[in-house]
Amino acid sequence: MVRVDGGRGSSSLIQVRGLDKKYQRGSEEIHVLQGLNLDVDKGDFVAFMGPSGSGKTTLLNLIGGLDVPSAGSITVAGDEITHMSRSKLTEWRARHVGFVFQMYNLIPVLTAFQNVELPLLLTKLSKADRRKHVETALAIVGLVDRTDHYPRQLSGGQEQRVAIARAIVSDPTFLLCDELTGDLDRKSADEIMNLIQRLMKEFGKTVLMVTHDPVVAQRADVTLHLEKGVLVEAAKPEGVTAGGLA
Amino acid sequence: MAIPVVYNPRSVKVRWTSAVVAVLGVAGTVGVFVAMLSLARGFKATLVSSGSSGNALVLRAGATAEIMGAVTLDEVKVLEDAPGVARTAEGPLVSPETVVVAPFPLRATGTDANVQVRGVSPRALEVRSKVKIVEGRFFRPGVAELIVGRNATRTYAGLALDNAVKFGGGTWSVVGVFDSGGTAFDSEVWCDGRVLNQVYHRPENVFQSVTVHLTSSDAFQQFKDAVTADPRMSVDISREVDYYDKQSRALTTLIVVLGSIVATVMGIGAVFGALNTMYSAVAERSREIATMRAIGFGAASVVVSFLIEALLISSLGGALGCVAVLPLNGFTTGAMNWQTFSHLAFAFRVTPALLLWGILFALVMGLVGGLPPAIRAARRPVALALRAL
Repeated sequence: MVRVDGGRGSSSLIQVRGLDKKYQRGSEEIHVLQGLNLDVDKGDFVAFMGPSGSGKTTLLNLIGGLDVPSAGSITVAGDEITHMSRSKLTEWRARHVGFVFQMYNLIPVLTAFQNVELPLLLTKLSKADRRKHVETALAIVGLVDRTDHYPRQLSGGQEQRVAIARAIVSDPTFLLCDELTGDLDRKSADEIMNLIQRLMKEFGKTVLMVTHDPVVAQRADVTLHLEKGVLVEAAKPEGVTAGGLA
Repeated sequence: MAIPVVYNPRSVKVRWTSAVVAVLGVAGTVGVFVAMLSLARGFKATLVSSGSSGNALVLRAGATAEIMGAVTLDEVKVLEDAPGVARTAEGPLVSPETVVVAPFPLRATGTDANVQVRGVSPRALEVRSKVKIVEGRFFRPGVAELIVGRNATRTYAGLALDNAVKFGGGTWSVVGVFDSGGTAFDSEVWCDGRVLNQVYHRPENVFQSVTVHLTSSDAFQQFKDAVTADPRMSVDISREVDYYDKQSRALTTLIVVLGSIVATVMGIGAVFGALNTMYSAVAERSREIATMRAIGFGAASVVVSFLIEALLISSLGGALGCVAVLPLNGFTTGAMNWQTFSHLAFAFRVTPALLLWGILFALVMGLVGGLPPAIRAARRPVALALRAL
């Protein structure tokens, strides 16, 4: 269950409390997030929508440990990440977060296999075990026949599948997807969303996704709107429960 | 674990144009660096190899070069009788010698260069066993005949076998060519010392140096102690090899210092080239770096990865520079020996040790040129870099 009022205890997988993020642009201070609360349970699929500059990506970066808040706290699976050192946060990301980006962000000089293997290089797995994991991940996204292809040899949809395989290969606690269909045509976008939903249903993955596309957002269990740094409404009123969204 | 090393060569290959600029910059610098050192090494080796540890060189007390020496015939007699001196049935192996400088035109330019003319004893070839007659014959004692070092006959016009040359007021016949195995003697012209003294109107019984062949290398101290203890003698005695080593120092130091200055200036340029290449690599790949940081690779991994890349580029440049100077190995050139004021031919010596120094120099340039961009890559905020197009 997803809530935005900060009213739940510590049982949520992701717990955000009083999150503030300010940026300084010249002499102007920009208050991107203002006292934001959020609770996400394991297995939830949440979509964040909102106009450009509303703070969607900033929120995703903060939850993913890529950025630090100005105030407030973020707790994931019992670990409060807001006070972690840079190096601890890096280790934490490797264990808990799978990132999927709009532009795929594959390393162009590495093959699909090598791109997917990257997160496993940070584990203690043997080479043989890494190979098994990579092959499994590529099989899940339907690209076992593209292991030796470089990103330039793949279509946009295939590149994004490789990126998803990279995100899930180390079995992270949750996936963060930033406009993952933003660079794809409708057909490819649908295929990618089918894949994400399958990951959620078959493997119980928790997914937090930023999107501008209402069609894509509909695939999520819950859609939250960010406006001027605050979660202001739920897109699926039928999912709203007392004090939160389901 | 670190970012896979395969990432670096492939990235270099993708951006090969900017990498080539950096590689050439480093290659040029390393080439000059190794060439200058091989020049100094060649000069030193030529002079040092002229000396033999089994020979002692006797000079007037206080003289730092043969040209400043004066050893009398009486002193030569004392030296001949000293313990440790090698002897044959014909007598002691001692060569009292006189050195003068005579101008001869260089074949290459036609301009005169100073050639060292050494008046030796008829037993000089026994005293210096490295020296062999390779064409013609040895000079006859008491006759104005010359034998010419192999480099001298190649370098100067007129010093060919059977030619007659004029210098010092006399006319001389070239009767032989000798090879001393690439030592400084190969740049010299030898004749009978007594004839040289006469032609140059020098006192007949005074020589500038005496080279003594010892019974063994170990006999040096015994010979030196005996001679220096003799109150009739006022001479300095050194091993021949040490004397030539000392002679080589001034020019060797000059070449090394000048070479180092040139290499340092070029090195600064090459480092800027490497910096430029690596900064542009960091800028072009900021999103890749940010992605790897997001995945969980630490800042240290990024620094190491970019350093590997910089070192790869610089080692390629270093290897190229070394390969480029390899053909110089053995190439003969000449320079003024300031100790004798004569022209000395010597060959570049590109040794494995010098090549190693060249590679090390290249790696230092890579390290200096790669570290700041690597640190910048690692310190850039991940969230910001992920937005880079």
